[in-house]
Amino acid sequence: MKFSVVVFPGSNSDYDAFYAASTVIGEDAALVWHKDTDLQGADAVILPGGFAHGDYLRTGAIARFSPIMSAVQAFADRGGPVLGICNGFQILLESGMLPGAMVRNDRIKFVSRLVPVRVEATDTPFTAACAERQVLHMPVAHGEGNYYADPDTLAGLEANRQVVFRYSDAAGGISPASNVNGSLNNIAGICNRQRNVVGLMPHPERATEAQLGSADGRVILASAVKALASLSR
Amino acid sequence: MAVIDAAVLERHGIKPDEYERILELMGREPNLLELGLFSVMWSEHCSYKSSRVHLKTLPTTGPRVVQGPGENAGAVDIGGGLCAVFKIESHNHPSFIEPYQGAATGVGGIIRDIFTMGARPIALLNALRFGSLETQQARRIFEGVVAGVGGYGNSIGIPTVGGEIVFDEMYAGNPLVNVLCLGISRIDGIVKGAAKGAGNPVFYVGAKTGRDGIHGATMASAEFDEKSAEKRPAVQVGDPFMEKLLMEACIEVMKTGAVLGIQDMGAAGLSCATSEMGSRGGVGMTIDVMHVPQRETGMTPYEIMLSESQERMLLVVEKGREHEVEAVFEKWDLHAVQVGEVIEGSRLKIHERGVLVADVPNRALTDEAPVYRRPMQEPAWQQGVQRLTLDDLGAPPSAQSAFDRLLTVPTIASKRWAYGQYDHSVGTNTIAQPGMSAAVVRVKGTTTGLAVSVDGNGRFCYLDPHRGAMLAVAEAARNVACAGGEPIGGTNNLNFGNPERPEIMWQLGEAVRGIGEACRALGIPITGGNVSLYNETEGRAIFPTPVLGVVGLLEDASKTTTRTFKQPGASVVLLGDNLGELGGSEYLATLHGLVAGQPPALDLSREAAIQKLIVSLIREGSVESAHDCSEGGLAVTLAECAFNSGGIGVTADIAGVRLKPDTTSDVASGSDVASGSDVASGFSRTFSVNATLFGESASRIVVSASGERLDGVLAAAKAAGVTATVIGQTGGDRIRLSVNGTAVVDSAVAAAEQAWSTSIASRMAGRAPR
Repeated sequence: MKFSVVVFPGSNSDYDAFYAASTVIGEDAALVWHKDTDLQGADAVILPGGFAHGDYLRTGAIARFSPIMSAVQAFADRGGPVLGICNGFQILLESGMLPGAMVRNDRIKFVSRLVPVRVEATDTPFTAACAERQVLHMPVAHGEGNYYADPDTLAGLEANRQVVFRYSDAAGGISPASNVNGSLNNIAGICNRQRNVVGLMPHPERATEAQLGSADGRVILASAVKALASLSR
Repeated sequence: MAVIDAAVLERHGIKPDEYERILELMGREPNLLELGLFSVMWSEHCSYKSSRVHLKTLPTTGPRVVQGPGENAGAVDIGGGLCAVFKIESHNHPSFIEPYQGAATGVGGIIRDIFTMGARPIALLNALRFGSLETQQARRIFEGVVAGVGGYGNSIGIPTVGGEIVFDEMYAGNPLVNVLCLGISRIDGIVKGAAKGAGNPVFYVGAKTGRDGIHGATMASAEFDEKSAEKRPAVQVGDPFMEKLLMEACIEVMKTGAVLGIQDMGAAGLSCATSEMGSRGGVGMTIDVMHVPQRETGMTPYEIMLSESQERMLLVVEKGREHEVEAVFEKWDLHAVQVGEVIEGSRLKIHERGVLVADVPNRALTDEAPVYRRPMQEPAWQQGVQRLTLDDLGAPPSAQSAFDRLLTVPTIASKRWAYGQYDHSVGTNTIAQPGMSAAVVRVKGTTTGLAVSVDGNGRFCYLDPHRGAMLAVAEAARNVACAGGEPIGGTNNLNFGNPERPEIMWQLGEAVRGIGEACRALGIPITGGNVSLYNETEGRAIFPTPVLGVVGLLEDASKTTTRTFKQPGASVVLLGDNLGELGGSEYLATLHGLVAGQPPALDLSREAAIQKLIVSLIREGSVESAHDCSEGGLAVTLAECAFNSGGIGVTADIAGVRLKPDTTSDVASGSDVASGSDVASGFSRTFSVNATLFGESASRIVVSASGERLDGVLAAAKAAGVTATVIGQTGGDRIRLSVNGTAVVDSAVAAAEQAWSTSIASRMAGRAPR
């Protein structure tokens, strides 16, 4: 399969995602410039981490206007799997492809560490290879990852099982103590109603090799491979 | 035309004799713009006029050296056609005045130095010094600097992977912010900061030029006084997004081969870039300031040439290939504009709308800047502070209370509060997380890795700048070796007071002499660095603080280790000799409020032997953990091996050192404390125990090894001539230390680790630790 990783000016995890998909997982991968309008035959699209356009307005606020985003939107509308990581998640929120918003971390400061995250739904293309309630250790590195949504939206997300990842402890326990940034309901990642667009704050692409501290994130990319294989069967 | 009088000269920081020299080099009176060029280029910050004669004595060559000092950064061969490009640089003065922007732009500046060489930056480290965290001012500066370091590096996506932070009242008015950046380049892809070929166009790209930072280099070359806060406009404001675009565009544009030379505009801005590129290339340059993109209206040529606006580059492009360069910058929404061209000769000619407004021989600004052999005088107080008499100290604390206290001293306590704000995982190369002896990053596409450490003990250098500087080199290299890296190159940041004072100059001269000796003995060429002088406030200088950055090569990045114990039941081995030297120790400073004595002795051949030994033990996989002994001595080292290990404890018994009766500045080792006739009193016995546990003797490493590997470790040590002593075992959930069989420390790992890891956060929240 082929992963296309969109490169915005200010993306800084674009090459990490490309490297994980190609060198580590062994799939085809392409870097697609944000001014392009063609996703180069992608089977899955990754919007990577970074600080697209400097994030000087709101995180992700300008990137949604990049030419490539129409193609990403159309790809998602056709049911194509789209994964937004960190700033990529913020871009999905700003573009309306996912509901809710990000605000400043509750403890104000940038937070950078390896955190456990519990998988809440395995029926998305990026969690299809996960075990139910599997705990994954992946790094977070963000200043604005505090997920917020109005009460109705939040209730809808929970009712439709759109919460895909929650910050947990190593045993999978969910509590205020395991919430790294103040996100509502410990939300670390969500999907859309159709479940093909997934956004999360932790970085699976940085957790694909044990040498780097964790290989737990591989399953996120492997899930896309598995999901695609079952689709084409 | 402005008259150049004494007041004008003083405002420009130019001494009367320097002005005489300017008249001689120019062959006429300079105009105000020309004087401005001399002012910034001859500032201490740009010209190294006080330190140059000393720096020339450092070893700068070696089989691996690809680029030595004099370029934007140094480079060493790491095999496979690749080189590590690295340099350390300070942003001390701006960080005091405006901590966030001062630190942020310091990070931005050193990153530009690295990608300017054609290298992709892959790691940042920093060495920071602040005043006591008990003061509001130090907390504010610390908070701002950490946020600034993170704010810039995190955004641009270069991980901050390590470093060191020391707190001491001596830095209250002059915090130090030294940042090291490491990049990787193909050896044949290195691009230099030299102009070539008359007729080739000179391009400007990046942020527009504003009035910010005018005379920043001059500010960095003067002492602080109560008016320093008024200099805030001389601190620049960083834009990491612009830098990210510039970095990507420059790396891409250099691959075209159309770029003949490139330099960033840092200190002294356009003045420095134009004159240095010309003089390095043996050519001249002409520019017209009207083409320089400007952020503000009505800027004069003087302001344009001296502005230190951030995120700007100057490029010399091969004539006829301008469109290739322009196309790359257009892609990144950057506008490259031609501002001039390379000319025959050796003059820098500056025009304003076609009218010549400055015409200076470029070498007069660079190579012919004054070089001072400033007078040096050992301070009158120097020998006095080296004397240490324990009898004057009063009753020593128990080992347990000293241990508890030292773990929460900010200099020793975990720096997680700071590095938790640094993105250290971006780039997917970080093998050793921050908080280990050295940072380790892999080099993608190869099996190799690089270990990097920055170290410098200002207290040791205050007591003896020569030995203190040698110890800084030794410690940085030892830390790298403890991660399995063979030291292959170094960079230094010399942070000192006012060089016009003979005592300060003596400290600098002695320190450089020490760095040179240690680097020669350990085979570490210095490939570049930075000098920061005038770190004084109202006549009070910082501790002389040379900071050494050492890069080590791991041929197989998977063969590395960290300080933490890996499993219970392993033997704990001390490599090296425990001499119980308390001079300049954290113990003396914290528990007795005293900075005195001789810094630990250093035998460079023993140091080289122990470093070679540990590198080979790690390569063979003989040891599971390795940790250098430094601040807090053996006891703190053992505790740190237990911390972050998942709660693996340690039980160790250490042979007591015997103190000489009158002083601890020299101690005899190996004797039984309890039976020593001269240590009959409990008073001396406690000091002996504390010296055993908290002395900071050099050339020591604690390792752990399991099963049959232990014998191999001991045999290898013996063959290397390194003392190896099995002092205990890992396991349990407590840190139990005894001296000559008498229990002296017994702490639960969990409680000790909690105190150690939360101390700084508690202080920053305004709470007392514990």
